[in-house]
Amino acid sequence: MKPSTAYRQYHPKWYRTRVSTLWWSRKWSYLKFMLRELSSVFVACYVVILLLQLHALRGGPDAYQGFQDWLKDPWLVILNGVSFLFVLFHAVTWFNLTPKAMAVRLRGKRLPNVLVAAPNYVAWLAVSALVVFLLTRQG
Amino acid sequence: MAETITIEVARYRPEQEGEPALQSYEVPLNKDWVVLDALNHIKDHVDGSLSFRWSCRMGVCGSCGMTVNGEPKLTCATFLSHYAPGPIRVEPLKNFPVVRDLVIEMTDFMEKLQSVKPWIVRQDDPAPAKGEFLQTPEQLDEFKQFSMCINCMICYAACPVYGLDPQFVGPAAIALAQRYNQDSRDQGEQERMDVLSQHEGIWGCTFVGECTEVCPKDVDPAGAIQQYKLAATKEWFKSFLMPWSKQ
Repeated sequence: MKPSTAYRQYHPKWYRTRVSTLWWSRKWSYLKFMLRELSSVFVACYVVILLLQLHALRGGPDAYQGFQDWLKDPWLVILNGVSFLFVLFHAVTWFNLTPKAMAVRLRGKRLPNVLVAAPNYVAWLAVSALVVFLLTRQG
Repeated sequence: MAETITIEVARYRPEQEGEPALQSYEVPLNKDWVVLDALNHIKDHVDGSLSFRWSCRMGVCGSCGMTVNGEPKLTCATFLSHYAPGPIRVEPLKNFPVVRDLVIEMTDFMEKLQSVKPWIVRQDDPAPAKGEFLQTPEQLDEFKQFSMCINCMICYAACPVYGLDPQFVGPAAIALAQRYNQDSRDQGEQERMDVLSQHEGIWGCTFVGECTEVCPKDVDPAGAIQQYKLAATKEWFKSFLMPWSKQ
């Protein structure tokens, strides 16, 4: 955008307020947005733990046992619990936003929002079911 | 004596005071009165110096947007009874400079609106020989929702991105760009993309989504911006994978 002219931008008699640094704390919808943004930190956190797990797996049985013991550290259990909640929040809020980004039309009519969001949940359930199946089959 | 309600109005008279201050008025709490009626009552019967914009008083002109109890609202569609027993605080729209009392400076929005060319752009001037460009109801349906925008700037007042970075083109202007992009008669998509694919265009939006929540005409600017992002990304991939294809 072309910046506004100096005259307008610095008009001495206009009153301007600055947006407070804590603007997001005063309204639930803004706070929800910030929490969604913050969730990416925990997603990254989980990715690092997953990479460490792969690294331990490559190091042999002893290294993997050491990794598993490390996971039992109460701080890590708390971190993983919080990460899980944030990842859940991240997934649900993004799934619910898909109908906004995609205006899917079928025979000239726009599909209702629920139908656009639903495939995400179906895919999520399917992948979760597959993971549960793989885990229980081994055990 | 009929019931009354207290209205706290933000007053700013640059020749008198350095910053806005609240002034309280008692107005009749009529069941069918909206905030704008109360402001007009104050101006006509109590304090003629109060300044505010309004015109149609029926949600069409988009002039009377103000902050009511912290929320951006069209004051002609905001009933007093909803806030009873009060008090109701009326302030100018956020994120805009205040000229006087409840009047904000909107030139910035007007410039941004113009920059996205919210009109039908044709490459094959002049107009068709047979009269008008034809359009089916389905084609109309593609953009109708975005065309309901009345330029009231309530979405700008709700948008924290615009508040923090005034260079951001903003919700209504992008929704109106999308309105013309989706129009089967329009050929200006590329011209608008040049303006909107910049950082201050669609990519400035972080998808807070509040513009859609506050829109009094259900335009869904947040949806328009995300759909635009999707279209721009597809366009980029296409030009990256198939550089020979025409833009």
